[in-house]
Amino acid sequence: MDTKRISELREIARQIRIGVIDAVYSASSGHPGGSLSIADVLTYLYFEKMNIDPENPTMEDRDRLVLSKGHSSPALYSALAQRGFIPKEDLKTFRKTSSYLQGHPDMKHTPGVDMSSGSLGQGTSVSCGMALAARLDGRKNKVYAIVGDGESEEGQVWEAAMFASHYNLSNLCWIVDLNGLQIDGKIEDVMNPMPHGEKFEAFGWQAIEADAHDFNSLEEAFAKADECCDRPSVIIAHSVKGRGVSFMENNVSWHGAAPNAEQYEIAMRDLGEK
Amino acid sequence: MADKIATREAYGNALAEFGAKYENLVVLDADLAAATKTGVFKKAFPDRFFDCGIAENNMIGVAVGLSLTGKIPFASSFAMFTAGRSFEQIRNSVGYPHCNVKIGATHAGVTVGEDGATHQCCEDIALMRTIPGMVILNPADAVEARLAVEAAIKFNGPVYLRFGRMAVPVLFGDDYKFEIGRGVKLADGDDVSLIATGIEAEQALAAREILAGEGISASVVNIHTIKPLDCDLVVSEAERCGAVVTCEEHSVIGGLGSAVAECLSEKRPTPVLRVGVQDTFGRSGPAKELVSYFGLDAESIAAKAREAVKLKK
Repeated sequence: MDTKRISELREIARQIRIGVIDAVYSASSGHPGGSLSIADVLTYLYFEKMNIDPENPTMEDRDRLVLSKGHSSPALYSALAQRGFIPKEDLKTFRKTSSYLQGHPDMKHTPGVDMSSGSLGQGTSVSCGMALAARLDGRKNKVYAIVGDGESEEGQVWEAAMFASHYNLSNLCWIVDLNGLQIDGKIEDVMNPMPHGEKFEAFGWQAIEADAHDFNSLEEAFAKADECCDRPSVIIAHSVKGRGVSFMENNVSWHGAAPNAEQYEIAMRDLGEK
Repeated sequence: MADKIATREAYGNALAEFGAKYENLVVLDADLAAATKTGVFKKAFPDRFFDCGIAENNMIGVAVGLSLTGKIPFASSFAMFTAGRSFEQIRNSVGYPHCNVKIGATHAGVTVGEDGATHQCCEDIALMRTIPGMVILNPADAVEARLAVEAAIKFNGPVYLRFGRMAVPVLFGDDYKFEIGRGVKLADGDDVSLIATGIEAEQALAAREILAGEGISASVVNIHTIKPLDCDLVVSEAERCGAVVTCEEHSVIGGLGSAVAECLSEKRPTPVLRVGVQDTFGRSGPAKELVSYFGLDAESIAAKAREAVKLKK
């Protein structure tokens, strides 16, 4: 990828992160840590990879994305706002009673959201159904699902992984957001789901390691996924929880907490806003 | 009497029949195709049948994904392993986004028979009733089961269909009309109304004969749609008869009995006695014996009806 494009994507990712902080700050609640860790992946998918149209969010042959780790909704909404699916100013209504921007994604009321999610594990199965349907209809679209590393402790994720390889769903690509933290601590301390790569390979998937914050690495990983035509692919995206906001980085207490006014200022400064 | 046929059998046959008419119909199962009878569809349409293995929660999610691109998926397993095991998947992935997913749940109630309590789901109606927008169909015989399947295909939204393992008589003829949400009056009567669902419709009709011999005139209503309940019909029966007995092969907690009691307590307070499984687990035994053992037979319904008549003011 040329350096100009990389800096453009970086700027978009920065805006997405600002939207995340704005949304969570306005709501005084939400999940900033895991939103910031997937901001670059969402930037790559929405601005480089996916065939989508903000003017026609239900376009039949669009690529689909299931945010299976639905608590990272601020990042999804912020990406949708940047891409033109929803007004940017609506991010500040996040989690408010009158808002359509629910705490966890609600496909019935948010243009561009392909599946309601939030109860961990369930989005993985839905992505399998979408990929199977595309194949039955002879559509060429891809189906993506973003799965939390903590989420991968859910048994349903592995039921779905079995299904996807059994039916050779090569149009399916999951991204595991390997930020290493979950609510109760480090994933290896709470309930170690690693190593993801070996597990997925054993389940019949192509596993690809990538740097979740490096667009060249992501480009290479998604290209590998596209080349694979006989089995599903998973990108193990090594990320930093809270990426971009100094005091949130690698800090488990920012899984599901909102910054106060002082912290908000620091976060905005970290993101180059002030 | 016509030959007996289980509603699960009719379910499998209906899927295979309607597979030709509705090209978007796809069927999923969780390693029970031989028992749920979706195997009949599999044989007819192998390219539209997907075995999900023994992984019901994933099956529900796959059905959701299929529905989101215009397919009409029927996800099948035993009632225990759909409504029971996958309650939360059905609640969050099917119910909340109001997806066009049909859940074909077989082996409901105690008439599973010898497999016993672990497989006898008497809680599924209660669980499914709490999900906003969920339609619950519980057919009484093979004719109704077939019509319920087609009605579910035509209905845009989540539907839970409940079928039984035990062969039961065919009660209805070819001219039988089925409409989601509309109860069916099977027999007239003025002293007490027997409001039944599923295989209990047959028992209620038999109870009516017993009561007639004692000078008690009982109406019989078949409620194939437990949600949305035909409240108008329930109220009109309660008004005329002044006493109601509900009959279901399900726990008396949360099922038809609860639905009818809720409806009447708000709209027309009337004595309601409930025939059903009395807050207990099932047990092993031949299905037919278990119907009597758990007090679901015609004699038990008649006994409850006598009590109900005494409660009238």
